[in-house]
Amino acid sequence: MLYPLIWMISSSFKPEELIFKDMGLFPSEVTFENYIKGWNGLSGTSFGLFFKNTIILVIFCIIGNLVSCSLAGFAFARLRFRGSNLLFSILIVTMMLPFHVVLIPRFIMFNALGWTNTFLPLIVPKFLATEGFFCFMLVQFMRGIPRDLDEAAMIDGCGVFSIYLKIIMPLCKSPLTLVAVFTLIWTWNDFFSQLIYIGDPHLFTIALGLRTFIDSTGDSNYGQLFAMSTLSLLPIIIVFIFAQKQLIAGVATQGLKG
Amino acid sequence: MKTNSKYKYTQKIAFAFLAPWLIGVVVFSLVPMIASLYYSFTDYDMFNAPQWVGMGNYIEMFNDARFIQSAKVTAHYVALGVPLQLIFALFLAVIISDKIPGFKIFRAVYYVPSLLGGSVAIALLWRQVFGIDGLLNNLLSSLGFTQFENISWINNPGSAVNTLIVLLVWQFGSCMVIFVSAIKNIPDTLYEAAEIDGAGPVKRFFKITFPMLTPIIFFNLIMQLISAFQAFTPAFIIGKGTGGFRDSILFYTLYLYFKGFTQYEMGYASAMAWFLLIVVGLLTLVLFGTSKFWVHYDD
Repeated sequence: MLYPLIWMISSSFKPEELIFKDMGLFPSEVTFENYIKGWNGLSGTSFGLFFKNTIILVIFCIIGNLVSCSLAGFAFARLRFRGSNLLFSILIVTMMLPFHVVLIPRFIMFNALGWTNTFLPLIVPKFLATEGFFCFMLVQFMRGIPRDLDEAAMIDGCGVFSIYLKIIMPLCKSPLTLVAVFTLIWTWNDFFSQLIYIGDPHLFTIALGLRTFIDSTGDSNYGQLFAMSTLSLLPIIIVFIFAQKQLIAGVATQGLKG
Repeated sequence: MKTNSKYKYTQKIAFAFLAPWLIGVVVFSLVPMIASLYYSFTDYDMFNAPQWVGMGNYIEMFNDARFIQSAKVTAHYVALGVPLQLIFALFLAVIISDKIPGFKIFRAVYYVPSLLGGSVAIALLWRQVFGIDGLLNNLLSSLGFTQFENISWINNPGSAVNTLIVLLVWQFGSCMVIFVSAIKNIPDTLYEAAEIDGAGPVKRFFKITFPMLTPIIFFNLIMQLISAFQAFTPAFIIGKGTGGFRDSILFYTLYLYFKGFTQYEMGYASAMAWFLLIVVGLLTLVLFGTSKFWVHYDD
């Protein structure tokens, strides 16, 4: 199952001429040249910059999703208000919607705002809870927290916002971890929206950097390509190793996709 | 009077919490949906004002050979890939739930591809594996099958989509994890009773496991269908952003991207988006309609 993946990682340490001859998982000759050359590879822009850009993007997306989705989740799960059923149905519908129906007007809007070639089109929607699935997941979880807690806090003179911040949020550590981890993975793997909005090589993310790499070097440099691909997958693999239990539990109970 | 003002107060608070989401829904979903529906009836290149063309774009779509090709490629990909992926996921879920040693390791190893599969890096790897000098051909020729040596699986119109289907099936892990947890929730007493009645493993699967899992299979089927229709990255990378040799991997979303973002035919691209929404919506409705014949709910 993992053979192609492991073969790629192993090939990234092989000298170029051996990659196509050697199908084994252990390189007979180890070299770091692919990593050194690949890292500096692209006409002046190094992979370090792509990593930095991706990390900045991911951090903002995580903060945005955590704050906005938990606020919305709290309102749906713990507060009574007029129109809540209707609004909740809208939330469900937006979750299932193929994003292509909103893609073009969003692009036109961001273009008119002059936001193309910035990270704003990728970040701002996250602060406005556009990831319906995360809202839904948090609603489901928060509904399971006993209501006595809110009432007891209310009697003690706690306001609604302190109930959210001091009682509900600390109890939501596990779904919030899932939100953070999946935001990281999805943003890291995302290619389409980055392709549309980012054209300036100084703002390139890893996904865009890798794509340009193949366009500029063609098929002649698989060693370097594999080295940079391996590096690009490394953060996700590390997150998987550390958050394996929560991830698998999240997939099993929430139906989250990889 | 007092309760009324308190009611108004809680309303205000609730909407304060909802504000980011509400703004997001209006600005990023509702308004864009209406706008793209409007654009779909116009010619719009982003530089000149939209020109109303009525059903023009929708009619043009069905006379556009590349559109038809993209619909065919996507239909092939979805119709073959999604069921294969689910069957694979179900099969392995049943095997690894059977109290085998190292259960957690198997589950983790099978799950990893679904985390990585959508990335550019894996698409690049796929290009190599199925390329003319790729890993697959090297493996085949080392096993003595030399007749494939000159075939590039990703450039051969007959096999190109299938390499992408292999990639989709490879990412069966998340479905499998969902199946595994559902299998663990089936009461052991059912199996024990069946065993006493002399039911073998195959019969136990078809009479107990499968019926008990139908709600989960249904859920996975819907979710995978919706996401498979929107697949983009692997086709874009493997075809080097062209749609591949003779448009053999011109996915629907890829063609939508070309129309909208390289040719700036925003009206046509919007019409394609709405057509996709209608097809996916109808398919989901039809599946919901058939669900009462094969999906078993407890109540």
